[in-house]
Amino acid sequence: MSGVMTPGASQEGRRPAIEIKGVHKAFGDLHVLKGIDLEVMPGTVTAILGPSGSGKSTLLRLINQLEERTAGEIIVGGELTGYKRIGDGGLQRLDDKAIARQRSKIGMVFQRFNLFPHMTALGNVMEAPVHVGKVPKAQAKREAIRQLERVGLGDRLDYYPSQLSGGQQQRVAIARALAMHPQIMLFDEPTSALDPELVGEVLGVMKQVAAEGMTMVVVTHEMGFAREVAGQIVFMDDGVVVEHGGPEIIDRPSSPRFREFLRTVL
Amino acid sequence: MLGRDRDDGLDIPGRIQARPVRKPGPVIAAVIVAVLVAMLVHGLVTNPNFDWPTVWKYLFNEHVLDGIKWTLLLTVYAMVLATVLAVVLAVMRKSVNPVLRWVSWFFIWFFRGTPVYTQLVFWGLFAVLVPKLAVGIPFGPEFLSFNTQDVLNATIATVLGLGLNEAAYLSEIVRAGIEAVDTGQTEAAQALGMPRSMIMRRVILPQAMRIIVPPTGNETIGMLKTTSLALAVPFTLELQFATNAIANRIYKTIPLLIVACIWYLLITSVLMVVQAQLEKHYGKGFNARPLAAKHGSAGEGGRGTGPDAKQEVDKVNQVMMAGLNA
Repeated sequence: MSGVMTPGASQEGRRPAIEIKGVHKAFGDLHVLKGIDLEVMPGTVTAILGPSGSGKSTLLRLINQLEERTAGEIIVGGELTGYKRIGDGGLQRLDDKAIARQRSKIGMVFQRFNLFPHMTALGNVMEAPVHVGKVPKAQAKREAIRQLERVGLGDRLDYYPSQLSGGQQQRVAIARALAMHPQIMLFDEPTSALDPELVGEVLGVMKQVAAEGMTMVVVTHEMGFAREVAGQIVFMDDGVVVEHGGPEIIDRPSSPRFREFLRTVL
Repeated sequence: MLGRDRDDGLDIPGRIQARPVRKPGPVIAAVIVAVLVAMLVHGLVTNPNFDWPTVWKYLFNEHVLDGIKWTLLLTVYAMVLATVLAVVLAVMRKSVNPVLRWVSWFFIWFFRGTPVYTQLVFWGLFAVLVPKLAVGIPFGPEFLSFNTQDVLNATIATVLGLGLNEAAYLSEIVRAGIEAVDTGQTEAAQALGMPRSMIMRRVILPQAMRIIVPPTGNETIGMLKTTSLALAVPFTLELQFATNAIANRIYKTIPLLIVACIWYLLITSVLMVVQAQLEKHYGKGFNARPLAAKHGSAGEGGRGTGPDAKQEVDKVNQVMMAGLNA
């Protein structure tokens, strides 16, 4: 299941970047995820597709512990997330600091950007390296400028989010996440809140990040992007993984539900 | 408005130069208000009971000026204490620790639920109720002890009384501000690996300030006048007490009330300017005008202010200035 962007790099023998085993999530009596098993290999792009309400965003949020899972295991970089094992095989919840440390290895980009509106583009990107990563300010600033240049916003350093277009804001958000040098990047419908003409610039940056070998999990409705960039396609519906495989399954879906879904979105 | 249309420097053919709709309302209102104001001023000036000579005589009286100093000091001290405590209480209210939540709730319940006058009387009597204060192990030996009277003088009692009471109100304002910040902000900060306390300090509170400042300005102006209740402690140096004392001495109540009112109004006006400045500071990034723009060229693919962004910004600035001067 090697990614399109890492041709020839066989993943056999290597540990998955993310292992999801038998994960359930319930909000009250609403059973959103009903036993998810999934592996994401390092340096690959996984696209999660599915109708709204299928639980794909919830799965992404579980990986980054923005929600607590109800059952199952999520292992990131070989490390169990959210809990530690104690003597008798039981689990104990990790404290705030340990969870924050685990999260800092995973970058996340949100549908609604969630930039800090009281900071400039540069301030947004510098914030976590300076205050979480304890990088000296001058160095963090240099790196932040580099990150913003990388997403094509070197001339917008001192702009506040409210002065930027949606596409520019989302590119700042990507730069902000990359500034922490994460091992994994999660994208939660990164282009769904954008005007159609701005989608391309964000997808372009994402392709570039993928090409640089970043492990990415992307919840998206952009079929073209999924087919072109993703090495693994996961189709979810009603809280379960209905079908998964290489990008070719978009053109040759085997399950009727995936076929039905593709007919409605393509 | 007309000025702005002409000054925009754009060459638009066939620009509409219509006359405005006739609006007699403002003219009628202006006439009525002018008559009423004239009557009021006439009354104020000619009515001998207001006794303006006495007002002028005592306006800069040293006891009055001293009273102003103390009123300002009490206001500042009490508000500083209240603000610090209010933020702590509000954060405790949102804590994951149930004990802290409960303590905060109880504090607010008590200090909001009893009259501030009563609280001030209580702080005045505190030295009588608890004559000795000590530092040591609870129920165990004491390391340090002092007479309450020496520590808790009238000034400190007043500041404590006013500050604790105000903290209860302010903390609800702070809480409202915290709750108004979008949850996506917390999630983004969490995803960056920030621990809870840092998210509060770096992300939530700075944004909450925008919502907190206006009602806090309101509370500060309220506090300015609540200091006049300090006589309950009793604290007898602030403005209201000072003018009242003079009034009682010379048997002229009204002129000295006017003196007090003039000073309270003046100080309030200054506070309003300070509040406006604070609102501007914490509104940074929230008003989407391109005033803060510094760079000339727009990024590729952006919605784009175009290569003339800088000029446009300057123009907007000029228009704004023109609008302000008009």
